[in-house]
Amino acid sequence: MEFEARIDVSHLPGILDPQGATVEKALPALGYTNVSQVSVGKSIRLVVEAESEAVARTQVDEMCHRLLANPVIEAFTISLTELVT
Amino acid sequence: MSAVVGVVQFPGTNCELDVAYAVEQLGGSAKILFHSERDLGGVDAVVVPGGFAHGDYLRTGAIARFSPVMESVAEHAAAGGPVVGICNGFQVLCEAGLLPGALQKNAGLKFLCQTVAIRVESTASVLTSGARTGDVLRVPINHFEGNYVCSPETLAELAAEGRVVLRYVENPNGSLDDIAGIKNAAGNVVGLMPHPERASDVMLGSDDGVVLLQSLLTAATKRSTLVAS
Repeated sequence: MEFEARIDVSHLPGILDPQGATVEKALPALGYTNVSQVSVGKSIRLVVEAESEAVARTQVDEMCHRLLANPVIEAFTISLTELVT
Repeated sequence: MSAVVGVVQFPGTNCELDVAYAVEQLGGSAKILFHSERDLGGVDAVVVPGGFAHGDYLRTGAIARFSPVMESVAEHAAAGGPVVGICNGFQVLCEAGLLPGALQKNAGLKFLCQTVAIRVESTASVLTSGARTGDVLRVPINHFEGNYVCSPETLAELAAEGRVVLRYVENPNGSLDDIAGIKNAAGNVVGLMPHPERASDVMLGSDDGVVLLQSLLTAATKRSTLVAS
């Protein structure tokens, strides 16, 4: 079975986000003066082959801990979708 | 024979020749260690220098830690061998788990390139053994992600064990507790954001980095004698 994983990596609260801060400053220039809490993170997509969704999720979670995110400064969420071939 | 300092070169590293030059000026020998090599070639100490290893893709230091050379660097460190990470090298050592915490973007959200004053907080490390506690050194910084951050538990541990080696006199980047450099529990692994190799000659504006590099050479020489006996 193949699963598409979408991993959303964001900054932990308190960690600086210069891109988010810059975008937040730029939006009012376009007239959007009602915007706050802008955060720019990362989205990672990958396809994993595994015997079940549980196995795929465990593996992707491990990848996040070991490489895709740094738990000292980043949080991540994983969403999995089975690819029908 | 003079002590041999291995200087790691990843794709994107840009301070390896500066470090090698400074080491040689101080009477040591330098050997560039390419990232894909697993063999450290019997060097006595390792420097992971500054730059943008692997383009800093994903996060600073994130990909570099998986280079074959880093496995050997970790083994060298575990065996008590001196390892120093400068700037991007500090970020690599944190990602590799050889030092705790991480380096986040500077508090002012600007890339910083300036000479700063740092204070020696501990002389029980391979980088500061020749200095005196309280010495203030003028050494350049050159980074965007130099803002040291760690969990409150880690910070308490670093403080309790005297593992903060260098502090900024005036914090330029928002680093927690003014931290400019830390060490592991044994003191043989040190990471710092300032570049001692860029303060290794009066012609460069400061030679305050010499005492740090000289300490490393002393540690490398001791290591060389130890391994030989």
